[in-house]
Amino acid sequence: MDFSYSEEQQMLQSSVCKFIQQDYDFDRRSKLIDSDTGFSEDNWKLFAELGWLMVPFSAEDGGLGGSAVDLMVVMEEFGRGLVVEPFLASAVLSGGLIANGANEAQKRELISLLMEGQLQLAFAFAEPQSRFNLSDITTKAVRNGDSYVVNGHKAVVLNGSAADKLLVAVRTSGGQHDCEGITLLLIDANTEGVHRQGYATVDGHRAAEVKFNNVMVPVANRVGEEGAALPVMEQTIDRATLALCAEAVGAMEKIYKKTVEYTKTREQFGLAIGKFQALQHRMVDMFTEYEQARSILLMAALQLDVNNGVAPKAISAAKSRIGKAARLVGQEAIQLHGGIGVTEELDVSHYFKRLTTIQYLFGSTDYHTRRFAGH
Amino acid sequence: MNIDFSPEELAFQQEVKQFLQEKLPADISERTLDEIPLGKEDYERWQKILYEQGWAATNWPVEYGGTGWTPTQKYIWANECANFGAPDVIPFGFKMVAPVIFTYGSEEQKQRFLPDILASNVWWCQGYSEPNAGSDLASLKTTAVRDGDEYIVNGTKTWTTLGHWADWIFCLVRTGGPEVKNQAAITFLLIEMNHPGITVSPIMTLGGHHEVNEVHFDNVRVPVANRIGEEGHGWTYAKVLLTHERTGIARVATSKKRLQTLKKLAGDTCDGDTSLLENPAFAQKLAEVEIDLLALEFTELRALAAVSTGNAPGPESSILKIKGTEIAQLIDELYMETAGYYGMPFVREQFKSEFDGEHVGPGVITSSVPRYLNNRKSSIYGGSNEIQKNIISKWVLGL
Repeated sequence: MDFSYSEEQQMLQSSVCKFIQQDYDFDRRSKLIDSDTGFSEDNWKLFAELGWLMVPFSAEDGGLGGSAVDLMVVMEEFGRGLVVEPFLASAVLSGGLIANGANEAQKRELISLLMEGQLQLAFAFAEPQSRFNLSDITTKAVRNGDSYVVNGHKAVVLNGSAADKLLVAVRTSGGQHDCEGITLLLIDANTEGVHRQGYATVDGHRAAEVKFNNVMVPVANRVGEEGAALPVMEQTIDRATLALCAEAVGAMEKIYKKTVEYTKTREQFGLAIGKFQALQHRMVDMFTEYEQARSILLMAALQLDVNNGVAPKAISAAKSRIGKAARLVGQEAIQLHGGIGVTEELDVSHYFKRLTTIQYLFGSTDYHTRRFAGH
Repeated sequence: MNIDFSPEELAFQQEVKQFLQEKLPADISERTLDEIPLGKEDYERWQKILYEQGWAATNWPVEYGGTGWTPTQKYIWANECANFGAPDVIPFGFKMVAPVIFTYGSEEQKQRFLPDILASNVWWCQGYSEPNAGSDLASLKTTAVRDGDEYIVNGTKTWTTLGHWADWIFCLVRTGGPEVKNQAAITFLLIEMNHPGITVSPIMTLGGHHEVNEVHFDNVRVPVANRIGEEGHGWTYAKVLLTHERTGIARVATSKKRLQTLKKLAGDTCDGDTSLLENPAFAQKLAEVEIDLLALEFTELRALAAVSTGNAPGPESSILKIKGTEIAQLIDELYMETAGYYGMPFVREQFKSEFDGEHVGPGVITSSVPRYLNNRKSSIYGGSNEIQKNIISKWVLGL
């Protein structure tokens, strides 16, 4: 039994950690959020140079191996730094779809561009009505000769406005909720008929509403078999969910520790407020939630790489438990900081916002509890 | 990172399974799985079987007859015991007083006491709490006044679990006068229970169980040779005892087994047109507990992994008691919910082995309410969960 990181993993961790400490302080992050793109192109290039963009990919695809533990190592550090560069949306989620679903020629072209930092991708799966149901798809693609004609509306597409290409889950057959008949198309973001409305999300990231109006997509741009995309989507979203869970654990560690430190210095009634037992027990609860979250993250990371069919259940267990922990830790951090906690100027409120959106991304806590129970 | 068992560990697991299959008496296993309290004779029988096998003391060093198992082996043992319905050994001798004796006792004390604990010849109980010293244990008032080669002990101990089965009691007593600071006046004494000045009076708990007692000491003469270590150092020894053997305190293996049984019961229980297991509200609660238990199992594994690589367990080990008892109590509630009306009958005699009447209600279900009631103790004993939070706050968070 061994929960320690390998030497390579330790190096990866310290390289990401060093970047966050030296180049990603709260002020710099705030400026990035307010910039046009919402993140730094330079940082993205640096991620590529340091090999971080290779982390999600297998050695056959030219990556660093793509293990869940490696991914966890990077995302935890990103969580501590509240990194807004679209690593999750572009490299893990969209890159994962390519790695899991694309043919060799597509992989060769796209994965190397991704790893070099030359390509931004976004995965458009959700729709205004779909909530967390991946098979609820009304965006239609109708075959017309060597092309598909795409019409529909994709909601809250992460990294949707910066993306060069969009991976779009469309319905090529069947009814709105059918598991069969879902197809992935790779659509150049500048194609005629693609309309993107980009916006900031509450957690400092960027997303877009993307509408397709008679968009012509060559059949060659289909990723995987027609009508058979759902399993690939589920598998990839499970992996992205693990990454998101790791980000949450990193953010929770940071914020619970910040809260403990704050209560050691903030004085009221002539005492550091951390001396009050009512607050101490609440911080112990934050600590407990964080430790339980870390434990289940490790469980899920170890299960994800074992091909024995338990991964979806393990991921849902982790997302459910971590969502619950994120809610408590985030809310308590704000409460114990008092007035300053509800201001925009304090970093704690930004951790809280990210921990809040994480609870709903890729399925809410309740959704994953039910998914766990159903397996 | 890797949590797979090694070939040696897998072989050990097989050995454990085979042993339990062959040697665990069926009646003991059945009652344990049905969550019906065992009698002293049952424990004696099982613990002597363990002694024959050399597996009675899983937390002792080999030189005193312990198994010398690795943390992983202990984890495997706990899980298989839960699966097969093997009861835990009664902890007062094996897990509480023995570590104090082999850590702080004299050579003579080790030779005198340890073999009889190992062979389950002599039964122990714990004399810590007093009517007015609960969470604030150091305020205890039982006195031991030196008189030649003896101490004269007077006072009352309470919540003495299985004191009515015990041959000996290990006690914290006050030896210093009022001028000595609270903790520095506490001494650790071993006292034989058959002394005429000792009376044991039962305390019935809310589930109708007789587990705990009050133990009164009226001029009980105790040889100085029965003192552990030095006078006034008892608090230090007791603290070591309290922190010894944290692995297993979360009772993850037992809770896992109980959840497994509960799922089967809920699956067999009608709820309108479907089973209770398919009732969305019930399923949601069940899944939440199961997920939290899964997390706790990995928290325990993290602590075990640290110990097995020679490190002290990390801060994560401090949450084991709180989370373990919280989860066990939530499972108790789900059992009651599954029991429905059959939580009501309180037919104590039907749980006795000699009972030959018609059993009211199905087996494990009818013990669910007494079990729930009884297990409210778990968040109170061993340092209440609020005390645990004070400890974490001080020692882990530095507040």
